[in-house]
Formats: sequence, C-alpha cells, structure tokens
Amino acid sequence: MPKVVYVSPAGDSREIDVPAGTTVMAAALKNGIDGIVAECGGVCMCSTCHVFVDEKFFDRLPPAQDTEEAVLEIAAVERRPTSRLSCQIKVTDDLDGLVVRLPEKQR
Amino acid sequence: MRSGTVIVGTGQAGFQTAASLRTEGYQEKITLIGEEPHIPYQRPPLSKGFPLGQQDIESIELRPRNFYQDHQIDLIDGKRVAAIDRAQRHVTLASGESFPYEKLVLAVGARNRTLPIKGAELDGVLYLRSLDEAVVVKDRLENAKEIVVIGGGFIGLELAAVACSLGKSVTVLEALPRLMSRAVAPIISEFYGALHASKGVKVVCNASVSEIQGSGGRVQGVFLADGKKHPADLVFVGIGVVPNTELARNSGIPIANGIAVNEHLQTSDENIFAIGDCAEHPCVFAGARIRLESVQNAADQAQCVASTIAGRRNVYRALPWFWTDQFEIKLQMAGISNGHDCVVSRGNAESRKLSVFYFREGRLIAIDSINRPLDHMMGRKLIAAGVQLTPAQAADEGVDLKKLAGLISAAHS
Repeated sequence: MPKVVYVSPAGDSREIDVPAGTTVMAAALKNGIDGIVAECGGVCMCSTCHVFVDEKFFDRLPPAQDTEEAVLEIAAVERRPTSRLSCQIKVTDDLDGLVVRLPEKQR
Repeated sequence: MRSGTVIVGTGQAGFQTAASLRTEGYQEKITLIGEEPHIPYQRPPLSKGFPLGQQDIESIELRPRNFYQDHQIDLIDGKRVAAIDRAQRHVTLASGESFPYEKLVLAVGARNRTLPIKGAELDGVLYLRSLDEAVVVKDRLENAKEIVVIGGGFIGLELAAVACSLGKSVTVLEALPRLMSRAVAPIISEFYGALHASKGVKVVCNASVSEIQGSGGRVQGVFLADGKKHPADLVFVGIGVVPNTELARNSGIPIANGIAVNEHLQTSDENIFAIGDCAEHPCVFAGARIRLESVQNAADQAQCVASTIAGRRNVYRALPWFWTDQFEIKLQMAGISNGHDCVVSRGNAESRKLSVFYFREGRLIAIDSINRPLDHMMGRKLIAAGVQLTPAQAADEGVDLKKLAGLISAAHS
C-alpha cells in the first residue's frame, strides 16, 4: 500500500498507509492528522485542505484544474509554486512516499 | 472540574464548534449532544454523491469516531435535549439525564417544511435532510420509475438531477414562475432549466400542487390545481425548512425567523449562543437580519463562537457563500443578492461559462458563477472588502478581478 508522509508546520512527520484511490485529504482526516480542516468536504469550494507538495513529487501529480487553481488563490496561507488542495490529490502506487507539508493555518 | 461548554446539535455547526474550541486552546469540558443516531456527518452529499452511490456513509463522516475521544469531546448521539434551565445553567435530556454548562451553544438546525395537502402521508412521499432519510431515498430510488419532485429549489433540483442520472423519468413541479427564484437571477434559472430539460427532466413552473393521489396507501401521482395529473411512484418534497426554535423559545429566549442572536451570535442570555441553520443574525453583507442554511454559515459561525468562548471575543462578519451541483454543472455563489437593483454578466450561457454580478445602490453585493471559478473566488475577496466596482467594469472582461483583489491584499498587508 502506498505511503504518504504528512509534515506539520513544526516539522514533525507522520507516515500513513493510504489505499490507492483515496485522496490525501480523506486519509488525513481518517488518521487524525491535525491541520487539514476540509470544510467543504472535498468539492473545491474552500481552501482548508491546502498542502505544499514536496518538489520531488509535484511534477508527478496530474495538473490542477481551473477550479482548484482558483481556490488556491484564497488560501489562508499564501499559495506557493507547489501548492495543491489535498482533496484533489488521489494517491496511486506511483506516488508511494509522497511528502506533503501542512501550512501554518487553514482558516 | 468546571462544567465547560455544552453544544446541542451534531451537524456541521455543532461539530465545528467542538473542533474549533480545541484548536483555540480551550481546555474545559466539551459535551456535544445530538438527536441523530450518528456521529457528525456532512449533509451536502446526501442530495448529490450519496444517492448516486459515489460516496458511502464512512466517506461523509466529518471525522472518524476516535477524533472525539482524542480531542476530549464527549459525543452523545441519539439523545434529544428536552429543556434548558437557564437559572441553574443545565440542560436536561428527554431520557432524564442533565448536564451543567458555563456556555451553551445551540446548533439545533432546522427541519423540513411539510406539505399540508391531501395525500402527503402516502407511502412513497419522501423528504430529505438527515442521513437516515437519505438511506431511504437511495433505497427507494433503486426500484422507482417515475419521480415527481415538488419544489424547484436547490435540494429538489439536485435530487431531480440524481434521479435523472440514474435513468428515471423525472418531473419537477415549481410553484413560482422560475427555478431557484429566491436565490438567483432569471438568467441562472433559465440556464439550469435548459440543462435539466436537455437531460430529459420535465420542468413545470407556476405549478400549484393540490393533492397527492394514491392507492392502497401508496403514492400514484400528483394533481395540480388545473386538474392535470403527473404520475409518480415516488415523490420528493423539497419546499424549504423550518428552524428548530422550540428549545430556546421554551426557555424564554427571543425568537424571530430563527433564534435571535446579536453580532457575537449571542442570544439574549449572554451564556447561550445560537449558530447555523437555526439562528437569525445581523448580516453586514445583506444589510439585514437573516437566517442562512449553508456549510459556510455553519462552519464560520462555529469558529466565531469557539473563539469567543475561548476568550477572544469575536464579531461575526464572514462573507456568505454557497454552491449547488446539478448534473455536471456546479453553481458557485458569493454574497447575498437579496434586494439587488442591477444585474450584469460576463460570459454567456452558450459557452457554459457565465458569471452574474448583482448590485444594490451601486455596490457589488453578490456574484453567481458557472464554470468561472476565478470570478467566484475573487468575488469573495472583492465583496468582503467592499471594493467599488461599477456594473460597467463588472461586465467588462478586460477588467481583471484578480488584479483588483490583489490590490486589496496589498493594501491590508
């Protein structure tokens, strides 16, 4: 099963086994990762599941759609080049070891 | 040990209050009590992905059960709070137990408005608000063939889209001259009317429903006042909700169109707050006291109250936003368009990329967007900041909303 590493703003990391097909957001909620709020439930209406994707993995993700790009513009912590919404990242076997960093705040 | 905060209601508002209290560093006891026999879950998917089978119960839970233990939140589900004793500061459950509070948050929601006509009690006439009701809807949809939806608002149209996508014959009966008329401009109503029609949904506006007809206790059709009958083996009624105000009213708290609260979301009793679907609050963006039914309203009001209870007294002034998903088209709404006196648009219905800008006395008050997500997101910033944008600028594609919004961020930093 692919692993995803969540790194808190303080630098603590937790490695979680995530079934392929699950989103990085859903896996965070299920495993008690603080720092992902997911207010809208994963439909690209809020920015509260914002993450910074590790550069090694960023280019391996399917690119963000317009809706996601727009939401990133209102993120509570300003977006960076590697910003994504974790509700839009589906974990696959190819992404095993994916590292995402959580912003200081989501609201 | 101090008695802490009691939250009544386990919907989005109640859940978020408990979660935000802990994020805010609140260390006292938190008791979260709800009538539904489930841990807190998201309501929006109940009329979208859940009946389509794209989302199951586990995937719509707001957090897994262990979240509540991990954050020292005492979750009591399947229990109804029957009374508030404000003098003694405790709430009593219908089952008899009582819980003392220092602060009480009423996040008691709303219930479906029922149809006061003959035949409304027949088997096959369904309403949708709770997960239990959604399970019934999903189950009954499986074998149904002809569906009549009474009410062309968000819930009715979302259910119509779901039923149509499942291959059912669907008719929507709307009492007013156009769909979603309380919420959106005619151009948006027309767009969604055409979308539903193109998928095979029959939309009837100005439809005055007079009776639901049945045989052997089961629904067979819906009669209109003009005598026309629309056959149905399943009827969905989505004609709005009524706020749950009885608990507050019985304890002497003033009620308006919902439990009346001030700008801090406090009732007339300073230790009792009301938030979410049940609360009527002063809204700077509407310029009036309003009651909203939305995820944004529930979550932001919860956050505001949690911060106040945790010691940072807060005024509520979050910009309202909403969405609806019907077939493949999401409508994104920012602001409150009530009372608008001018409407302009960008894009057009033909391209399926359209934003409608609403103005009141020359001020931009709301934007509705279809496949123009940047307009929506920038609109939230512009309306929240009260940026002056003229109708002519709003209609001009050459005026870059992102640039305008960027100027606000720069001015505030």
